[in-house]
Formats: sequence, structure tokens, C-alpha cells
Amino acid sequence: MKITRIANGRIIDPANQRNEVADLWLADGKIIAPQPGTETETIDATHLVVAPGLIDIHVHLREPGQSHKETIASATRAAAAGGFTSVVAMPNTSPTADSAATIAWIKDKAARTACVNVFTTGAITKGLKGEELAPYGSLFNAGVVALTDDGHCVQNHEVMRRAVEYAKMFGLVVMDHCQDYSLVGDGIMHEGEWSLRLGLPGWPRAGEEMIVARNILLAELLDSPIHCQHISSGGSVRLLREARARGVKISGEVCPHHIALTDAELAAFDSNFKMNPPLRAEADIEAIIEGIADGTLTILCSDHAPHAAYEKEVEIDHAPFGITGLENEFATFHDILVHKRRVIDLPRLIALYTSEPARLLKLDRGTLSPGVPADITLIDPNLDWTFDKTTSLSLSKNTPFHGHTWRGRAVRTIVSGETVWSLS
Amino acid sequence: MSIWTRKDLTGLDELSAEEITFLLDTARAFKGVGERSLKKVPALRGKTLVNFFVEPSTRTRTSFEVAAMRLSADVVNISATASSLQKGETLKDTALNLQALRADIIVLRHSSPGSSKFLAERLDSSIINAGDGAHEHPTQGLLDIFTIREKFGKIEGLNIAIVGDILFSRVARSNIFGLLKLGAKVTLVGPSTLVPKRFEKLGVRVSHRIDDILAEADVVNLLRIQHERQRKEYFPGLGEYIALFGLTKARAEKLKPSCLIMHPGPINRGVEIDSEVADGKQSVILEQVTNGIAVRMAVLYACAGGAHIPAP
Repeated sequence: MKITRIANGRIIDPANQRNEVADLWLADGKIIAPQPGTETETIDATHLVVAPGLIDIHVHLREPGQSHKETIASATRAAAAGGFTSVVAMPNTSPTADSAATIAWIKDKAARTACVNVFTTGAITKGLKGEELAPYGSLFNAGVVALTDDGHCVQNHEVMRRAVEYAKMFGLVVMDHCQDYSLVGDGIMHEGEWSLRLGLPGWPRAGEEMIVARNILLAELLDSPIHCQHISSGGSVRLLREARARGVKISGEVCPHHIALTDAELAAFDSNFKMNPPLRAEADIEAIIEGIADGTLTILCSDHAPHAAYEKEVEIDHAPFGITGLENEFATFHDILVHKRRVIDLPRLIALYTSEPARLLKLDRGTLSPGVPADITLIDPNLDWTFDKTTSLSLSKNTPFHGHTWRGRAVRTIVSGETVWSLS
Repeated sequence: MSIWTRKDLTGLDELSAEEITFLLDTARAFKGVGERSLKKVPALRGKTLVNFFVEPSTRTRTSFEVAAMRLSADVVNISATASSLQKGETLKDTALNLQALRADIIVLRHSSPGSSKFLAERLDSSIINAGDGAHEHPTQGLLDIFTIREKFGKIEGLNIAIVGDILFSRVARSNIFGLLKLGAKVTLVGPSTLVPKRFEKLGVRVSHRIDDILAEADVVNLLRIQHERQRKEYFPGLGEYIALFGLTKARAEKLKPSCLIMHPGPINRGVEIDSEVADGKQSVILEQVTNGIAVRMAVLYACAGGAHIPAP
């Protein structure tokens, strides 16, 4: 039997409030209690951080149906290169993941081609149309970990109310892409000085905040959890803070671009800076960072949204929304939040990527407790590196971060005891 | 030609005051060509210009065509319906085909903001923006500024009011960027939905009462209300718009005698401007059209004309 000792690393396991230099032991794909002298393999982790495998709860794998953008195989390789051992797939595939059959297809393809764990979500409504509820019972039995219409937003409040109420029966969290269609219209960038200057249709903050507020009211009414995806507006942070203080079961997540870049980047009309929700102003960045620091925002993720170059290289209002993110997100957040701004420490950053998402979606991951699957990420917090999109393992290269330099990154990714990626 | 080193004109926002002044001075030199009986110089002889108008336009396209002909360039017109965009070809591919046909200059009118910049970055041909969505219409901005400068001999310090649908107007944006760089005081006037206060971040003043600006204005530039494009929630109706913002005869009487009345056309008589005012002494609407040719000649010459051929 293979017994692995990960030696001399700093073990940071937020779920167990552990932060110490020690050895970590694995056998049979699981974490085990230390068994000195029995190891058959040793991984030297001196000067490295040994963390639970990182979890990204917001990823577009693009399969089935859009394998020209990304495949489960390529996306999970990119995930591994970013330090992720688990990804949660969004359901806006073709066909939509609104039936047990599609979930089964994804799980089968993942079992054959993925190098990290793939968790699935089901649609809130059939075809993401916002009208009829998808069959949550059979989706739950097929193994989905949450429900979302991501990319779309249920506009009818009654439909959303029934969705959350019905999902409660299965203990499923409803995750919402918060966008009021009537307010946002054909907006493609933050409504502000830059949208005025560039003549591009604006996407106002209120278009997000309106739905965040709706979700707070429904979560409160139903005493059932709603998770607000990719928060971009400072006003949303204030709404979430106030509601969480009252004990409402509402949560929010943040993507790296929403604290790293502003709407001024759109000046060159480069569609690699076009995503939904859009890049906003400095004040929003400050509010979001404050929200991460004070615990209002509890989850970090990428909204990894690959698109083929020919799809993106068109007029900006014709280009699809979305950017890739799996390979840079941890480094971008680490560089800004821990290294430069020092608003949170490394254990908290790891918690935002491990114990927090595991708790929200009730995943048996995100910790280094003996007995759980040995998903582990080794991190070098002092490594300065520059992101080169040409070396990206994603099929698509639609990133706004080409050439950016950050401090800190994952250097080795271990899934169920096997190394699936390491920095060469 | 040392001031001008660009192969493209995609907007006035990115130009310096010196570059704008260079184009205006060059246009003044070219204006004389149009006054001659033989209205032609050889500055662009042998060059091919493609008028690539993905959005319909008669006035701007014709003006570019006349400007190019006066410079002795060969002109080809392509409209959206005649182009392969209808067959699903991307803008980039269509433009690469035009370049492969050795088009030296592509004049682009397109509904997408940034479309000219998009092509300028990807093609060796000179790209001239003839209007990109609500972003910019730089030659219209230049011809407006040229007309003002010709009348007043300067731009700096003038009070210029731009009235109407600013939010959706590329003409307004090019005017704002160019006029501010040359030192004018710009006031935007219109309903708060089409002229939101946040425009002040660009360095202009915003007013929702046209009567407040009439006495001090040196120029009133009226924009067409593009009612066919707009969702109707922006204002309650044309009747109310006319009552609040139309340049009626009564309002025009409050203007200084020296105040110019401008309009990029096409005008809607009885909506943004009373018919008599449009035809009145202070109106320079048709001079704008004439000046447009000189300005476009200057732009074509600057971007694509050999610097070796002196301006007339």
C-alpha cells in the first residue's frame, strides 16, 4: 500500500483551525493519522503551505455542447494548474443541465476525462427560461449539489420564491446570477463615466442590487438559503452585510476581476474585459474588499467562462460575456488581499476557497481531517510569477490578465492522493 | 506633417489639441479647392478608398466620396446589404478582404462602439471612423469645430451649447472631446434621461433648462431627436420635448445676434428646431455640409496621403 508523507510543510486547515509546520499523511486516497516510519513516498513541502484542495464553485466547463470553447478534460487541467481539486459546473450547457440525463452525461464524461472532482449543478428553471421549475427531485438524485440559472436570472419573483421553497425539501442551495433585465437592458459595461465616454450601453449597479435585495427578502421569507453569485457592486455588499447581521441565510461570492480591474479598462474596447456582471469602479472594489475582510462575502471563485478567440474577436457589443480564470484566480486574490492589501491572512484566504464553499454546498471536501479524500494543494506564497496566456491549459485564452505578475500560487495539486499537476 | 503620425482617425478623444488644430488648419487649406472651377488635386491619386457603411447613411457617405474624389482617389461604396456580413462573415474577415483588395483607406460606419478602433488595430489600411454607434463621429465633430472656428477665429473661451439626445449621440461626444481640448466651455442641454448629470464628469456643464443658456451661448448645436431609435420611456413625447427644449422662434430671439445655430442634420423641422430658425440668418447648417468636405479631405490626406505631397 502506498503511504505518502508530505513533509515539513505549513499545514493550514481552516476547518480544523490548524496552522502549523508538520507532516501530512495519506494512504488509499485519503488523509490518515500520522504513521511515522511507514511512508513509501515522501513529498518535500519545506517552505510550502499544505492546504485542503481548493474548490471553485463557479465554473463553466462548456460540455456538453460547446466543446470548441472548453472540455471537461481541458477545464479540469486548467483547474489543477490553478490549485483546484474540485470544480462546480454551471448548467448553461447545450443541452441545459436541467434533467437527470444531462447530469448523468456530465458525470460519466467527468469520470472518464476529468483530472479533478467535478460537482454538478442543475438549472433552477427548464431551459434557463425563468418560467417552469426543473425537476429538482430527479436532479438531486442524480447528484447535483446546488441549483442555478447562471448566465440568466429568474425575473419572476413568484417563480423564484417557489424554486427556493421547493429546493428546501432537498436541502439544495439556490445560487442566483443577480441581474434585473428591465434595468440592465442591453447594457454591456458598468454604467458610469466610462460608459458615457465610450458610448457603450450601461449596466447599472442597481440592476444587480435589485435582485440581491429580492433574494434577501425571499431567503428571509422562506428561511432558506440563497447564494448570490459574482457580486460586483458595492451596494450589494451593503445589502448582504445588513441581511447577514439579521441572520438571513444569504451569502455572496467574488471573482478576481471584480477586485483587480475597473471599467476604465474598457477604453480599448477589448472584449477580454467584457464579462457579466461588468467591471465596476474603484469604490466598488473597495466595498467588495471590505466585504471580504469583514466576513460579508464568504466565497471566492472564478466564473471561468471560456470562449473561442473567433467568438471574442468581434465588435465589443457582439462579443459574448466572460473570461477565463481558473489558472490565475488564487494568485490574483492572494496578491491583492494577502500580499498587497493585507486585509485577510493566508488561512482566511484558504478558508474562502475550502471550508466555506464546502459548508455552503455540503461537500465532503475542503478539510485535511483524517478520513476525508486526500485533496491537497501545495502553495508557495512567496513565488512571484507572470501569467502567460499562451501557456494556459484552457482551450480558450480569453483572459484580461495576460502579462500580469502576482505573488503566490499553487505549485502542486493532489486529488485523492494522486498528484494531477505540479509546477514544472 | 510632424504633428500628425497616425494612420487612422477613430475619435477625437484620443487626439491632442495640436493634432486637432493641425487637421483644422489643413482643412482650411483644402477648402479653397472646392471654390475652384477645377475642384481636384492629385494628393491621393492612385489610392483606393472604400466607403464601408454597415449602417445606412447618405450625407456622410456622399461627403467622404466627394472629398476622396477631390483628392483624386478611387472610391468604392459598400453597404451592409451588399457585404458578406449578411452571410455571417465577421467584421474582421470582411475588412481583411478589403485590405487584400489593397484598399488604402476604409471609411467605416458601424453600429458598434469601438468598431473603428477594432479594425485600426488589426489592419494596415487607414481606418476612418464615420460613426461607431453612440461613441464618436470624429469628422462631424471636426467639421462643427471648423465651422465655429471659421466664424469666430477661435474656439477658446466660447460658450457652446449642445442640445438634445446626448446619451445616444456620437456627434455630441466628438464635439465634447474636441471642443474641450481646444478650450471651449461646453454645456449639454436636454431632458435628464438623455442628458444625465453624470456627464459633468467629462468636464462639461449639464442644464435641463434651455432658456437658461440662450443669452450666453455663442453657439447652439442642435441634435436630432432620434425618436425612431429610442425606447419611449426617455421622455413622454415629442410635444413635451418641443415645449421644453425645441429651439422655437421665440427662444431664438433671445440669442445673441452673433450666436451660430448649428445642426448635424438631418433636421426635423418643427421638432428640435423651428422651420424659420433653421432657415434664418444665424443658421450655418448648410455651411457645415460644405465644410464637411474640406475637413474630410484633410483627414484623408493626413492619414493616407503621402506626406511627401504638400497641401495646396
